[in-house]
Amino acid sequence: MLSLIDRRMGIFLAGLFVLAVAVPAGNLAMAGQPVPSYIVALLGKYLCYALLAVALDLVWGYCGILSLGHGAFFALGGYAMGMHLMREIGARGVYANPDLPDFMVFLGWKELPWFWTGFDMFGFALLMVLLVPGALAFVFGWFAFRSRVTGVYLSIITQAMTYALMLAFFRNEMGFGGNNGLTDFKDVLGFSLQADATRAGLFVLSAIALAAGLLVAKAITSSKLGKVLIAIRDAESRTRFIGYRVEEYKLFVFVVSAMMAGVAGALYVPQVGIINPGEFSPANSIGIVIWVALGGRGTLVGAALGAIIVSVAQTLFTSWFPELWLFALGGLFVFVTIFLPTGVLGLIESRLGRKAKPPAGAKEASA
Amino acid sequence: MRLLPRLLLSFALCLWASIAAAQTLEELVSTLPDGNYDDRAAVVAQIAATGDDRALKVLEVLLAGDLEVLDSNGRVVQIRKQGRDDFASDILTGEDYGEVPSRGSSKVRVNNSLRRDIRTAIGTMTLRHPDPARRLAAAESAFRSPDPDQSELLAEALAAETDPKVAEALAEAIAAGTLALGGSEAEKLGAVAVLRAMGNTDAKTVLSGAATDPDAAVADAAAEAVHHIEQMQNLWGLAQNVWFGLSLGSVLLLAAIGLAITFGVMGVINMAHGELVMLGAYTTFAVQEAIRSSFPALFDWSLLIAAPLAFLVAGGVGVAIERGVVRFLYGRPLETLLATWGISLALQQLVRTIFGPNNREVGNPSFMSGAFELGQMTVTWNRLWILVFALAVFAVLLFVLKKTPIGLQMRAVTQNRAMAANMGIRTGWVDAMTFGLGAGIAGLAGVALSQIDNVSPNLGQSYIVDSFMVVVFGGAGNIWGTLAGAFSLGIANKFLEPWTGAVLAKILVLVFIILFIQKRPRGLFAVRGRAVDA
Repeated sequence: MLSLIDRRMGIFLAGLFVLAVAVPAGNLAMAGQPVPSYIVALLGKYLCYALLAVALDLVWGYCGILSLGHGAFFALGGYAMGMHLMREIGARGVYANPDLPDFMVFLGWKELPWFWTGFDMFGFALLMVLLVPGALAFVFGWFAFRSRVTGVYLSIITQAMTYALMLAFFRNEMGFGGNNGLTDFKDVLGFSLQADATRAGLFVLSAIALAAGLLVAKAITSSKLGKVLIAIRDAESRTRFIGYRVEEYKLFVFVVSAMMAGVAGALYVPQVGIINPGEFSPANSIGIVIWVALGGRGTLVGAALGAIIVSVAQTLFTSWFPELWLFALGGLFVFVTIFLPTGVLGLIESRLGRKAKPPAGAKEASA
Repeated sequence: MRLLPRLLLSFALCLWASIAAAQTLEELVSTLPDGNYDDRAAVVAQIAATGDDRALKVLEVLLAGDLEVLDSNGRVVQIRKQGRDDFASDILTGEDYGEVPSRGSSKVRVNNSLRRDIRTAIGTMTLRHPDPARRLAAAESAFRSPDPDQSELLAEALAAETDPKVAEALAEAIAAGTLALGGSEAEKLGAVAVLRAMGNTDAKTVLSGAATDPDAAVADAAAEAVHHIEQMQNLWGLAQNVWFGLSLGSVLLLAAIGLAITFGVMGVINMAHGELVMLGAYTTFAVQEAIRSSFPALFDWSLLIAAPLAFLVAGGVGVAIERGVVRFLYGRPLETLLATWGISLALQQLVRTIFGPNNREVGNPSFMSGAFELGQMTVTWNRLWILVFALAVFAVLLFVLKKTPIGLQMRAVTQNRAMAANMGIRTGWVDAMTFGLGAGIAGLAGVALSQIDNVSPNLGQSYIVDSFMVVVFGGAGNIWGTLAGAFSLGIANKFLEPWTGAVLAKILVLVFIILFIQKRPRGLFAVRGRAVDA
């Protein structure tokens, strides 16, 4: 376990640990509350994004699969958690119906659709957070990798996947709250979601999940399996000719990544208080890619950093100069792809005199 | 029996006419409440004979039982009930007498025989009205409610009718009457034939009723006619669906065809393609604004003026994108994708800053407004012109690529860059031109889409996924594949819609493409050979 932690991972995890202790302490224990509650929720949101970025880096940075649909796995995890939180509202909704969420009463539904059964149990919901994105990734990847859909084509069909899911979830008939999504959550496992202590707890959980995600991804990429993944990224056909079953390796890492994204979504929803079909939008999924590209593709820690940097910048820009945010984000996309192929992490490390990793996967297109 | 009241009516009419010839409508109406029902019938006939437009209203109100006489001043008024109160207004002048107590007026009574006479009189007035549209409406209303008293009227009106459309409607009304009210077998069979030729849902309803006729020959003929109409309706429904599909396909083709060049020919993923379409639409808007304020007479030409400008604006931005960003990223398609996505965000925000976030109004020139009927389907002019425009753009593009020097150079650079450079082709310049061509065509698409879609900064976003789907489905690198892809996806979408609804149809098409790519990763018309792997 400890052998997994190299220098950059060590620094990042130490920073994360400090944050996970200092933020709840500053919010709950110190006089004058130096860390306001909304900051706790905001930081918790960033950590979920960071975990999502790590999930994408695992497939893109190490296996060359540029998924433009990772937002879909994130949103599915979020919906699974959101469904549980809806069931926990029980009879405290506007219509005070103990069996049906408000939006179903509003639509005139008489009974709970079959796919909502079981979501009143927290354990079942947790299982679905992992299983639903995992199953979608398995089916999608099984078809795509077996047929050797690679490169740009794969990116475009993953984008089509999330777009189709967005359209589907916008439909009221689907039974997921349509346009408005799921919201008005009250509590989780009996703890009120409005309480500072619950928010701090969710924040710490997010930090733990991020650390765990980083370690799992690191364990996978450092193993022999990880070496094969990198080989697939750099020369897919050659790896296949050597005798590896490329599609099985890809499928494995794709499913693991989707599950990580699902966990990130599940932690995101109670902290933000809403999940709606907008999370499936193709623009969101491309946004994840720029986090990874900015932070440094194929570095894991860099991906997490990139997510946090871009999200902080977005929060600041949209409150200070809302007009300029899209210019800044657009410029960032162009700047990073042309001038920062190794990302911020690569830049820092080369400045510090350490030999940066070679630009990751410059050849994946030719595979 | 039916003739008796009519005979009486004409008799009374002659009698009355001899006593009081050429009375005005006002006088006739004021005498309406007097006398017994037979006297009233005579007055009704005279009112009808005046041919005054207001007479129709008098008769209709009388028929409805809302015609009353005010006890206070003896005026004949129309009573309107509002809640429990009655309001009166003069039947001829429309003058408002305000609220009247329920005992303050007495009704002009009608009995069944008089009602029949009134209906006949109304029928005569409308069926002989000078305005053909009114005659048509009367014939259609007679079709819907067959009335034994009216069949002779209809026959007379048909004999006198000069307008072919009204004559047809009258014949159909008579046929419906024959089937509903009875007639000889030959008459009924003739009626079935008329309705079979009419061939719409109304005719089908009448014929379904006649299919239970006691006369077996008539019943069989009616059943056959119903079957025939159903078949024709299915056929027209099919044609309508094909038309909608072609229309959607032409929109997809326009949106995707520029992409077929940048993505298909050059292999560059241009995520800003949708925004170039949007720039074309905003160019149209700007041109129309300029025309509105300076040269209003030119409005019908606005699209023709906007098209070349949109091509230049979008093409110019395209060349700038290629020279400024894309050329540093050749051979790295995923990075190109991200960089052009960034450009698309910036372009959206730029347009939002300049033109504001709301939808902009782009008008239709007169030649693109309205619709025409083709058999049983409706074709709107703007959709038809867009189809023509899309095919024209496609043809021109094909010509440029296959028959012009620049097209030859484009293909040469695509196939073998190094060799093309050795032959003296300025590959960098050709890259810029190719990208500019694709972008310019996106601008042209924007001109067309501004006619049918909301012109907003988000215009491009709604087409980007669709247009990539078309190119990927058709097969990158093949312009004909894009054509086939656009129209087959458009038609598939429109055929699914009646069963599934629009959104689900779109989802199903997306799922189909995702599965299709598994089977044929290079699309419908794959380019074969070594170049594919490069």
